[in-house]
Amino acid sequence: MSKIKSLADLRKMKDDAQSKIKLRENSDHPGQLVQVKVGMATCGIASGAKETMKFFIEELEQEAIDAVVTQTGCMGFCYAEPTVEVILPNKEPIVFGNVGKEKVHQIIDAYIKRGELVDGMIPINFKTIDD
Amino acid sequence: MKTLSEHILDIVQNSVRAGAKMIEIIVAESKKNDLCSLTINDNGCGMDEETLKQAINPFFTSRKTRKVGLGIPLLKQNAETAGGGFSLNSQLNIGTVLKAEFQLSHIDRPPMGDIWNTLYLLFLSNRNTNLTYRHKTDTGNFSINTSELKEALGNVSWQEKEIRNGIIELIKTNLEEIGATK
Repeated sequence: MSKIKSLADLRKMKDDAQSKIKLRENSDHPGQLVQVKVGMATCGIASGAKETMKFFIEELEQEAIDAVVTQTGCMGFCYAEPTVEVILPNKEPIVFGNVGKEKVHQIIDAYIKRGELVDGMIPINFKTIDD
Repeated sequence: MKTLSEHILDIVQNSVRAGAKMIEIIVAESKKNDLCSLTINDNGCGMDEETLKQAINPFFTSRKTRKVGLGIPLLKQNAETAGGGFSLNSQLNIGTVLKAEFQLSHIDRPPMGDIWNTLYLLFLSNRNTNLTYRHKTDTGNFSINTSELKEALGNVSWQEKEIRNGIIELIKTNLEEIGATK
């Protein structure tokens, strides 16, 4: 395929790929999806949260897990960046610290897929921050 | 921060937290004038004079989760080491304008980095904010914003592989064409 250079090309690409892309009916109700929030304040970015977030998106896609990946602010665990908050449907949020590539694997494989806890949780009563 | 992209990702977070509905990121570079400037405008809640003075202080933050706020001080430091300057203007309830300038050829100027990935992540996370990115070089201009993307892509999730690669490729190709520095 030729290179995408304009918005028109992008639209055309979308139309071509439409059949492959399943329209997500759930996307208006994020409560039903797995939510992954990557801490992306100064501390997170400096420790590589950008790569972590990108890797989460790619990896979840490969495993065909419907999930919403977004950024969030600093949760106050700067010593353990990159930190990631994972919310499984109808479960309490859990925060994992020091999430590099290898950890992303573990979290998806064990926690998101099988519900087993993995090392590196930040074990305090955590409340989602709302910014 | 190792790259300008990371600074952008970081500073835009400030605008988002300020509740901005419109955020504009402008990178203007000129080999002729040996200058590279980064401007971030927003229409967020702004800062009063007292807070504005404090914003460049690394030991000041509006957060309660920690005691330091390094985003702005780090950018200021990087700009100043690279033969440039930094300014921050804000009006309460109107918005904030941040500008950092670098000497383009300065050895300490952080490289641009993977701005396409950065922008993609910003668009993905701030779909409901009107976020615009403009890049100006001696040879041309490129701009992209959330509303254009929304219009072109309709209702699909931007997390889908094809869409993600499409958006990233669009940004990459256009920046290459106007000869954006790395």
